[in-house]
Amino acid sequence: MTKQTILNATHRAAGAKMVDFGGWDMPLNYGSQIEEHHAVRRDAGMFDVSHMTVVDLHGARCREFLRHLLANDIGKLKKPGKALYSCMLNERGGVIDDLITYFLAEDRFRMVVNAATRDKDLAWIGMQAAAFGVDVRERPELAMIAAQGPNARARVLALLDADDRERVERLGRFAAAEARGPGGMPLFVARTGYTGEDGFEIVVPEHNAVALWNALAASGVRPAGLGARDTLRLEAGMNLYGQDMDEDVTPWEAGLGWTVSLDEGRDFIGRAVLEKQKAAGAPREMIGVVMEDKGVLRHGQRVVTRQGEGEIVSGIFSPTLGKAVGFARVPAGAREGLHVDIRGRELPLRAVKYPFVRDGKPCEGI
Amino acid sequence: MSEIPGDLKFQKSHEWVRVEDGGRARVGISDHAQGLLGDLVYVELPKVGDRVEAGAGCAVVESVKAASDVYAPVSGEVVEVNEALVDKPETINEDAYGDGWLFAIRLDDPDELDALLGADDYAELVENDEH
Repeated sequence: MTKQTILNATHRAAGAKMVDFGGWDMPLNYGSQIEEHHAVRRDAGMFDVSHMTVVDLHGARCREFLRHLLANDIGKLKKPGKALYSCMLNERGGVIDDLITYFLAEDRFRMVVNAATRDKDLAWIGMQAAAFGVDVRERPELAMIAAQGPNARARVLALLDADDRERVERLGRFAAAEARGPGGMPLFVARTGYTGEDGFEIVVPEHNAVALWNALAASGVRPAGLGARDTLRLEAGMNLYGQDMDEDVTPWEAGLGWTVSLDEGRDFIGRAVLEKQKAAGAPREMIGVVMEDKGVLRHGQRVVTRQGEGEIVSGIFSPTLGKAVGFARVPAGAREGLHVDIRGRELPLRAVKYPFVRDGKPCEGI
Repeated sequence: MSEIPGDLKFQKSHEWVRVEDGGRARVGISDHAQGLLGDLVYVELPKVGDRVEAGAGCAVVESVKAASDVYAPVSGEVVEVNEALVDKPETINEDAYGDGWLFAIRLDDPDELDALLGADDYAELVENDEH
């Protein structure tokens, strides 16, 4: 039985094409994925991300627990409201999930983890938390809406209680605050996202979610589906769990080295393997690729390099760039003479630094 | 969903064929098919002079979502391809039965058309598909 978010009927009434995504019945698009993509790049769009799992941690030893659980250093969060992106690794250094952790208070942190990995994440977090006396509480009664795009923040701010507006407007990137929305509904507003655009991810009680969605729609924020979410995140150079990394891939092999903190004396899960692999050099790496020929890069296509074979882990036709871009996992150091096998034809690929698009504009060298 | 033109014949895999003068036939994908695929971003067409066989793959259409083979509804030699699609594949989304045609062939055997569905039968197939 596929699960539904509280906004399911709203999506269907808007004519959304629905698909199964990690066991959830979610909107793929509301007509044109490309138009939804452009709406987010140029104006404002919104995504129902209520399928994602909100987990609250309670306990005096939260920080100590998270220092052990996460590959990034929770110590970087100094002020309440600040957020950290991190991988959660297994003992082999493989990625169990990637997630965002918010520092609410010394004895209270909030994690937002992926939908498809919910069960194993909760089991793993619960198992690790026991030794630290940290209480792990899933918050299924909370929905989540991501409003993204150059005009998204202004549209959200206009819906907030006048007393909260200025405070939320001043939020820096990767910071969150509580605020009251339409009719006084309690919101948790975070200046985060998965599109490469400015905007907010808003946690809202389930029973208020439809009203918030409708208020955003009325203010000109356009509904966008999972299809646009994928092209936006890839253009922005952001990883997708299950595709770009999984339990058999380390952060070094998934372009996520920047999220690993090998700070002195911190014994996090997977550290020993990561250090060993770093010293020896990871055998594979993830690189950005652009295809100048017409066509579309897709997950699973074979990549040929001078150093051996690799594969496209994520590939799209980029609506912003008008050509195919993707992430390829290749033997370490492969940069020259790259080709992708599309239906038996080998087409040249160019290795590039990503993101491909930032704040609505193509990045240099793409 | 746009009206299905009555002069078209369909294959169950959602290709259409329109018989023209001089033993020629034009081939495309149905409006229903483009709707399922979503925004089209790439089309791989056969070349003029290629032979296509009824039921065999002869072209590829790719949307933002997936690549999909196009199967020839009838056999023959390709005599024209819709070059305009190379730069504007979205034409198929906009006008699947008109400007979004894929290629034209010289029919080997007009009797092959009898095996295809008429517009009403195809409409019914699509109807059942949606439930």
